[in-house]
Amino acid sequence: MSEHVSPVSLYVTIFLSLMVLTGVTVYSAFVDMGYLNFPVAMLIAGFKASLVVWYFMHVKWQSHLTKLTLATGLFFLAILLAMTLIDYTSKNFTPQPPPTDPAMAVQPH
Amino acid sequence: MSNAVAHADHGHARADAPHPAQQHHFDNLAQQKEAAVIGMWLFLLTEILFFGGLFVAYMIYRVWYFDAFAEASRRLSLFWGGLNTAVLIGSSLTMALAVRAAQTNNRKWTINWLLITTILGCVFLGVKVIEYEDKFANHEVPGYNYDFSYHERHLAVEGHAPAAGEHREPSLSPEQLQQTTQIYFSLYFTMTGLHALHMIIGVGLMLVITWMAWKGKFDAQYYTPVEMSGLYWHFVDIVWIFLFPLLYLVNRHI
Repeated sequence: MSEHVSPVSLYVTIFLSLMVLTGVTVYSAFVDMGYLNFPVAMLIAGFKASLVVWYFMHVKWQSHLTKLTLATGLFFLAILLAMTLIDYTSKNFTPQPPPTDPAMAVQPH
Repeated sequence: MSNAVAHADHGHARADAPHPAQQHHFDNLAQQKEAAVIGMWLFLLTEILFFGGLFVAYMIYRVWYFDAFAEASRRLSLFWGGLNTAVLIGSSLTMALAVRAAQTNNRKWTINWLLITTILGCVFLGVKVIEYEDKFANHEVPGYNYDFSYHERHLAVEGHAPAAGEHREPSLSPEQLQQTTQIYFSLYFTMTGLHALHMIIGVGLMLVITWMAWKGKFDAQYYTPVEMSGLYWHFVDIVWIFLFPLLYLVNRHI
C-alpha cells in the first residue's frame, strides 16, 4: 500500500505548536478583551483541533470520502449549536430568577 | 474437479497470496483499510454529536448564568488543568509516533510508544482524581452537601483570606451563588466525567493494541487497529482541547 509516512519532525512541530497555543490560550484569558475573550479562546481551540485532525489523524492524506464524512459531521454539529442557541437567546426564554429566600440558603457545615 | 477447486481455494503458497489480515470480502488491503477509516470516522461523528449535546447545554447555561459560571470557574486549578492539557497533547504525540512506528515496521517502538501513551493517559486520570478529590473536600459537588461559601470560610479560618486589593465583590448574593453555581459544577462533572470515561476506555484500548503488537500482529502492510485506536485517542484529546478553555478559563481576567 502507498500509505503516507510523515517525518517525525512534522509530528514534533505540531506538538510544539499545540503547546505554544495552549500557553497563548491561558495568557489570553487573563487579558481583558471584553466580549472578544470567548471568541478568541474558541478560535485558538478550533485551530488546535484542526491541527490534530489534519496531521495527527492523517485526514490530510485521506480520501475525499473521508474528508466529506468529517465535514458532514461538523456541519451537523454547527446546526446543533447555532440553531439551538439562536432559539434560546432570541425567544425570551428567561430562566426563573435565582431565589433570594433565606430559607434556601446553605446550612453551614 | 472438486480437487481442483479445493486446491485453488487454499493456494496460500502463491506469490500473490493475500495478506493474512485481509478479510475475504475485500478485494485488497487498501480497500479494507479505507472501509475501516470511513467506519471509524462515522463512529467519531456520533461521538462529536454526543459531546455536542453537552456543549449546547453548557452554552445555554453559560449565557443565562454567566456571573455564576465566572465565579465557579475560579474554583478550578489552572495548574492541574494546564498540566493535564500538556499531558494529553503529549500523549497525542506519542500515539502519532506509535502509528508511525507501525507504518515503518518497527515493532519495538510501536510497543514502546503505545506504553508511553498508556502511562500518560493514566497520569491524566490521576490528576483528575486529585481535582475531583479537592472538589469533594470543598463541598463543591452538587447535591445535598453543596456549599459554595465553604471554600472562602475555610480559607479565612486558616488565615489565607485574600488581601484587600484582591477582593472582588461578586454580582450575585450568597444565596444566588449557592444555587446557580451548582449548574456550573453539574456540567463540570458531567463533561469531565464523560471525558474521563472515554479516557478509561482509551487506556483499555491501548493495552489491547499493545498486546496485539507484542504478539506481532502488525506490519507495514497491516496496522489498521493501531491507526483506528489512534483516531479515537486523538478525538478524546480534541474534546479536552475545548473543555479546558470552556471550564477553566471563564472570565479569568476580572
